[in-house]
Amino acid sequence: MVSKEKKSNYKIIGTRPIRHDGYDKVTGRAQYGADIKLPGMIYGAVLRSPHAHAKIKSIDTTKAENTNGVFAVMTAKDLPRLTDKQRGNSEESGSEKHLSENVMALDKVFYKGHVVAAVSANDVNTAREAVKKIIVDYEVLKPVINVDQAMDKDAPILHEEFIGDHLGKKVKNTNIATYNRYKIGNAEDAFKNCDLVVEKEVELQTVHQGYIEPHSGTAIWDEDDRVKVWTSTQGSFSNRDSVSKVLSLDVSRVKVTPMEIGGGFGGKIPVYLEPIAAVLSKKSRRPVQLVMSRTDVFDASGPAPGGKVIVKIGVDKNGKMLAGYADIRLEAGGYPEAFIEAAAKCVFSCYDIPAMDIEAYDVLVNKPSSAPYRAPGSPQVAFATETVVDEICKKLKMDLIDFRLLNVAEKGTRTALGPKYRKIGLKEVLEAAKKSDHWNSKIDNKPSNGKLRGRGIASGYWFNIGEKSAVNLSLNMDGTVILTEGSTDIGGSRASIAMQAAEVLGIEAESVRPSVVDTDSIGHTDVTGGSRTTYATGYAAYKAAHIMIDEITGKAAKIWDIPENEIIYENGAISSKTDSELKMTLREFADQNPFGPVVSSASVDLEEAAGGFGTHIVDLEIDPETGKTDVIRYTVLQDVGKAIHPAYVEGQLQGGATQGIGWALNEEYFMSEQGTMLNSSYLDYRMPIALDLPMIETVLVEVPSEDHPFGVRGFGETPICPPVPAISNAVNDAIGTRILSTPIKASKILKTLKNI
Amino acid sequence: MIKVFLPYRTRKLFDLPVEVNAEGNNLRNLIEFLDKKYPGLKQELVDEEKLKPTISAVIDGRTTRLGLIQKLENVSEIHFLPSIAGG
Repeated sequence: MVSKEKKSNYKIIGTRPIRHDGYDKVTGRAQYGADIKLPGMIYGAVLRSPHAHAKIKSIDTTKAENTNGVFAVMTAKDLPRLTDKQRGNSEESGSEKHLSENVMALDKVFYKGHVVAAVSANDVNTAREAVKKIIVDYEVLKPVINVDQAMDKDAPILHEEFIGDHLGKKVKNTNIATYNRYKIGNAEDAFKNCDLVVEKEVELQTVHQGYIEPHSGTAIWDEDDRVKVWTSTQGSFSNRDSVSKVLSLDVSRVKVTPMEIGGGFGGKIPVYLEPIAAVLSKKSRRPVQLVMSRTDVFDASGPAPGGKVIVKIGVDKNGKMLAGYADIRLEAGGYPEAFIEAAAKCVFSCYDIPAMDIEAYDVLVNKPSSAPYRAPGSPQVAFATETVVDEICKKLKMDLIDFRLLNVAEKGTRTALGPKYRKIGLKEVLEAAKKSDHWNSKIDNKPSNGKLRGRGIASGYWFNIGEKSAVNLSLNMDGTVILTEGSTDIGGSRASIAMQAAEVLGIEAESVRPSVVDTDSIGHTDVTGGSRTTYATGYAAYKAAHIMIDEITGKAAKIWDIPENEIIYENGAISSKTDSELKMTLREFADQNPFGPVVSSASVDLEEAAGGFGTHIVDLEIDPETGKTDVIRYTVLQDVGKAIHPAYVEGQLQGGATQGIGWALNEEYFMSEQGTMLNSSYLDYRMPIALDLPMIETVLVEVPSEDHPFGVRGFGETPICPPVPAISNAVNDAIGTRILSTPIKASKILKTLKNI
Repeated sequence: MIKVFLPYRTRKLFDLPVEVNAEGNNLRNLIEFLDKKYPGLKQELVDEEKLKPTISAVIDGRTTRLGLIQKLENVSEIHFLPSIAGG
C-alpha cells in the first residue's frame, strides 16, 4: 500500500508554473531529432517499396555503390537474422524477427513504403539519387487492405511461414495472427433473460497520430564497437532495447540520447531508422543521419488500426445491463499487433455487466505495421459500445446520464478480463456531467441559419500503466535541485515531475531543474506512454526527494552536533525541535554543508495504475446543403486523479479530444485497391486545426488514485476515446440516422440526408 | 485456497471451468500445484522459469511485477491474463 501524503493544501501541486523547457521551445533553441549534427556526419536515404504486397526476387545495388559520393549501401542481408522469440513487454510486443523485418524487408514487402535498401552519402541529395539506382525485382502480389479482405477464406496470405495463435491452436496459412476470447459469466444465457437487446456494427478507417516532427535516426558505430544513437523517441530505453535486438548487440553496447520530441502519441515508440543509421555508420565509418519525409511517415510508420467492431448489449426493462457481447477485428498492418487485448479490456469498461463474452481478432493487412496511438484499441471499441448505449437509451426513453449511472462501473466491479476495479471515478465524472453547464443548457435544434443541430454524449476509458522509472536528484550550492530523469517529455512531464519533487522538498517548482538524459546516465525508465509518466516517474521523484531530505537532515544534525531526530525539515528550511536558534534555509544549508554533495536516487517498478474515465458532451451543427459538420460546443469531463499541473492536464484533455474529433469527422487512410495511401500529406489528410474547433471546455474531476502518494492517475489517453461515439451520437441526434463508419465526412452525411 | 482464473484459451485447452482452486505460498508454487492437477498447464504460463512475457498475473486486482517469486499471503483471487500492449 502506498504511504499517503497527509496534506491536501499543497504548495506546488495544483499550481501552474511556466514549464522549464518553455523558453527553449518557443524560441527555437530546443534541439529535436534532426537538429543533431556530428563532426564528419553523412546522410542516408532509404529505398521504399512501391508495392503493398510483393516478393523480393533480387536486389541489385551495383549502380548505387558506384555512385560518386556514396559511402555505403545496405540491404536486410546486412542485418543479423533474428528468431521468432517474443519480445512481449507492455510497450512493444511481437517477435524479434518481425521487429527486424519491419525495419528492412528481407524477402517480402508487406506495405507500400516498406524499406528494402539504404544508402549513405556525403549529402542527402546524393543519397537520394543513389537510392534510385538500386534495382529491385519484385513479384507483385494482390494486397489485402481491410479485415474483411484479410479474413476471407480465399485471401492472399501475407506471411506464408507465420503460425497464427487461435485460442492456443497453431494455425498455418492465416492472416489472423491472434484470435482470443474473454468470458465472464454466461452471456449466452443472460441474453435470453433480457427485455431489450441492441446490437451495432461499426467500421473505422486507419488513422495516423499526426505528430508534427517526422521520425529521424542519427547513429555512429564507433571504434569501441559501441553504437550511439540520437533520436526522437518516446522511450530511450525501449529504443535501446529495439536497436540492440535488431543489431544483435548487448544493450550495454548501445547508448541512446533522446532529443526533444515533436509529438508522439504512441507512434514514437517503435524504431524505424535508427538501426539503419547504425549499420550504414559501421559500413561508412562515419556518423549517419536519416530523416523521414511526411509521406514516409504516413506510408511507413505505424498508424492506429482500422477495423470492425460489433457490440451487443442486453438490458432488463429497467435498463439494467445483464449481458454484453463484442466481436473485435482490428488491423495489425504488415506484422502482428493490433492491440486487441487492450480493446477487449476497454470495450465494456465503463459498465457493470455480470456476463460478458468478447472475441478479438488481430488481423494482418497490407498496411504499415500498427503502432500505439493514444489508448490503442479503446477508441475503436468505444465507438461501438457507446453507440449501443445511446440506442438503448432512446428505445427505453431513459436519460443518457441516468442510464450510465444505473450501470456505472465502480470500485469492486468485475471487469471483462476478470480482475475487479480498484478506486475509480466514472460515477463522479457522470455526476459532474449531469451538473455541468453544457448538459444543462438547451440546444436550439432549429437555428435560424437552417442548419441541423444535435447533441451527443459518450464515455471512455484507458487503464494507465505503471512500470519502471528512475530519478536522480542533486542539491546545488544555491539550494536549487538538479533532477535527471529518463522520461522523454512529450506533454509537459518535466514540469509535473519536478513539481512533485518540489512539493516534497518545500521549494518552488522553478528551483528544481529537470533534465532528460541518455541511457548511460539514468536507471532504466520505460516509455513515455500508457499515461504512466507523471504517475510513475513522478513517484520516483517523490521517493528521491524524501531520500534527499533524509540526507539533508543527517548532515544538518552533524553541522549542529545534535541528534538527527531533533531536526525538522519543513517548507525548504531546516530547524531544531529543541533550540529555536538553530535554523537555516535550504540555500544556507547547501552553502555551508561540509559533509559532501547531497544527492539521492530512487526508482520504482509500479503495477498498472487504476484506470481513468472520461465523458464528453458535444454539440454540432450540420449544413444540409454541403454536409459539413461544425463542432459548436465541446466539453471534456474526466477523472484525472490529482492534477499536478492543471494547465497541462487541461491541454492533454483538449488535445485528445481534438484528435478524436479528427478521427470522427475527417481523418482516414484513403487507400487505392493496390494498397497505396492516396492522401499521404497534410494537405489531403485533414486533421483539425484551431480554426475548426471551438474552445474545448474541460472539467477536471479529482478522485485520487490509491496507488500514488499525491493521488496521481494517468489522464493523457482517455480523452481520445469518447469523441468518435459522442460525435456519431450527435450526428444521429441532428439528422435522425446513425452513420457508423468513420470518418463521418460531408459526403456520407449528404448521401444519408438524400436517402432520408 | 486461492481462486484462480486462467485465460479462456487455457481453459479451453484443459477443459476447465471459469475458476479453479489452487494453493501455494508464492506464484511459482501455485503454478506447480496447478500443473500437478492439470499436467501440462505450466507450459501455458511459464517459459525458462519465468512467467511468459505474453502473460501477466493479477493478484487481488494488482498486476505483480515480481513474477514467480511473488508471495501469496491472504490472497483471494489470481487472474492470469494475456499481456497487454499499449501506448
